Amino acid sequence: MAPLQLTGQVLDVRRAGLYTVLSLTAPGLAERTRPGHFLNIGIGGEESALLLRRSFAIYQVQSRGVYGGSVDIVVGVHGKGTQWLVDRRRHDTLSIVGPLGRPFTLPKEPANCILVGGGYGTAPLFMLADQLRERGCRVDVIAGAATEEKLFGTLEIKRAASTLTVTTDDGSMGVHGRVTDVLDDVITRSNADVVYACGPMGMLAAVAEVAAARGVYSQCSVEESMACGVGVCMTCVLPVIGDDGVTRMVRSCVEGPVFRGDRVRWSDVGTVPADTLGAPTGGH
Amino acid sequence: MSRALFTSGPLDASLALPAVDMATSIGAFETPAPVFTASGCAAAGKELDQFFDITAIGGIVTKSVMLNARSGRATPRMAETPSGMLNSIGLQGPGIDAFIEHDLAWLRQRGARTVVSIAGGSVEEYGKLASKLRSVEGISAIEVNISCPNVEDRGQVFACDPNAASNVIQAVRRNADTRTPIIAKLSPDVTDIVTIAQAVERAGADALAVINTTLGMVVDLETMRPALGGITGGLSGPAIRPIAVRCVWQIHQALPNLPILGMGGIRNGEDALQFILAGASAVSVGTVTFHDPSAPLRVQQELETALARRGFTTLRDAIGYAHRGPDLPEIDEDHE
Ligand SMILES: Cc1cc2nc3c(=O)[nH]c(=O)nc-3n(C[C@H](O)[C@H](O)[C@H](O)COP(=O)(O)OP(=O)(O)OC[C@H]3O[C@@H](n4cnc5c(N)ncnc54)[C@H](O)[C@@H]3O)c2cc1C
Ligand SMILES: Cc1cc2nc3c(=O)[nH]c(=O)nc-3n(C[C@H](O)[C@H](O)[C@H](O)COP(=O)(O)O)c2cc1C
Ligand code: FES
Repeated sequence: MAPLQLTGQVLDVRRAGLYTVLSLTAPGLAERTRPGHFLNIGIGGEESALLLRRSFAIYQVQSRGVYGGSVDIVVGVHGKGTQWLVDRRRHDTLSIVGPLGRPFTLPKEPANCILVGGGYGTAPLFMLADQLRERGCRVDVIAGAATEEKLFGTLEIKRAASTLTVTTDDGSMGVHGRVTDVLDDVITRSNADVVYACGPMGMLAAVAEVAAARGVYSQCSVEESMACGVGVCMTCVLPVIGDDGVTRMVRSCVEGPVFRGDRVRWSDVGTVPADTLGAPTGGH
Repeated sequence: MSRALFTSGPLDASLALPAVDMATSIGAFETPAPVFTASGCAAAGKELDQFFDITAIGGIVTKSVMLNARSGRATPRMAETPSGMLNSIGLQGPGIDAFIEHDLAWLRQRGARTVVSIAGGSVEEYGKLASKLRSVEGISAIEVNISCPNVEDRGQVFACDPNAASNVIQAVRRNADTRTPIIAKLSPDVTDIVTIAQAVERAGADALAVINTTLGMVVDLETMRPALGGITGGLSGPAIRPIAVRCVWQIHQALPNLPILGMGGIRNGEDALQFILAGASAVSVGTVTFHDPSAPLRVQQELETALARRGFTTLRDAIGYAHRGPDLPEIDEDHE
């Protein structure tokens, strides 16, 4: 279904640890949204000097209610744009484009699924966990971050999960270490068929590697800088191996952000590998 | 020329404005609508068709295509700048054959007017691209992106040298269907853009696209290295609009009969009108599409309103209107 371009009103702004959860009116968005979709938000109004939209994973959607539908996103302050966003107040309006991207693929048969979220990367996993459980899947969650305050939603996600394992780099909460330090055990314990992951690129690379080593299928939602978010500019590319075995620079906004973990050339992200289709052959 | 009625105060929005004839032409290419997408900012139209009817605008200018498939440059490929952005995409694309088979076929079937942008690393490559397009139906015009390094001349950009630019346009003119208008796309990164404009006109260009991005650079303060994988990049967006309007003005003044497709930072109908008044016959909307994916159609509608509010009944009357002498126009005092 085609994405919508609409003006949403801020319904609520609330803090959650280091993050801010924004609820926005968005009629029609919920019906189109599947877990893993993202949306793009305009920053600073019509004449803004910040021209490019910022991308956020869709955290929650409500299809009905007084507002004819709404959407929630989780915002971590990174630079000017995200700072402007968390400074919004009730009744402010925002320009929204979405849902965008290719969402997570759900198993046709009940399966054992592990969901791994890094920092605010847990945001899209809530909807995913609910839908997996509706399909009779077992859901185990691993949430990791540098510190306790950089975790998002660990209390709530527990409700949708058979088990929750928390890791922090500094040991301020849960296991002292990284998500991949516990992933192997959780795979064994849950007899996992699929690993879903969303978080920083380094974490995704490590998750994909562990999953591949265990022969488990993985789907990773990547985060690449995007100018348009709708597939027209070619800024958001990364090297991905296609069904034909050929590596291409693939747009993560339309062919992702969710990719099969074994198809992304993680260690080559940020480069154009020499065997990529159309790679420079020297000379220029 | 129709009489322009200048109204100073804001018009009552409910006041129905008379329709404006928005038809224009780029050489032999006649179009009912004057707003186009910009090359590299609309891919081949399919994605934007989800946001607005791409057959309602002047047409789609496709991403510059080369002879062979190209991976483009390493990421990061963009950096946001005040009211603009830098890009260093490196002309990623499928190559001309796959482009004709998939993208052009889709555009034709969709019924969108299409301007095909081509790019090459040598004069010969441009010629080959033009001959590949010769027998293809449904091409309204060819835009020649000459802001590319010439591999046969130490990477000198064609657009910066009148001889190199002319050689490319000649090669395209010789190999393309004689009925297809050729639009030469100029770079603002030259000492005198009029010299280049005159050179490509003599070489057979039917129209000009003005302007391509201007070279820029950003240093990332976290890594303390260039922000882009390609080190430098092309600056676009509202930040470059005054440069673009200046280029259109200078060229129209020197070559008043050569049609210009104007672009550079157009965000709304009034921005587009500046280009028309400075001498453009049509405009492209590029970077702003990233902010508003329905921008090309919105800008076109706003341009019509902007023209009507100033008393124009046809777009053609407004082309180059800013160049008129001090004795023009006749201002209807009743409407002052
Ligand atoms: C698919 C996707 C989903 C995302 N989901 C979330 C989410 O749920 N919550 C959240 O807090 N953040 C999310 N992000 C990251 C968020 O988009 C960036 O933090 C934000 O764009 C930074 O903007 P800024 O103005 O604050 O930072 P600046 O550094 O000033 O931004 C400058 C430019 O770089 C781009 N940029 C900078 N950092 C990133 C980044 N990490 N990813 C993408 N673009 C970047 C910006 O879009 C902008 O164009 C997501 C990114 C993507 C691509
Ligand atoms: C991401 C991006 C990619 C572009 N790719 C091309 C291209 O392939 N060929 C070309 O002639 N111009 C290309 N351009 C330049 C635009 O077509 C246009 O000339 C320029 O950006 C100025 O217009 P704007 O400010 O409205 O974007 C590109 C611009 C951007 C921002
Ligand atoms: S962000 Fe423009 S193509 Fe992906």
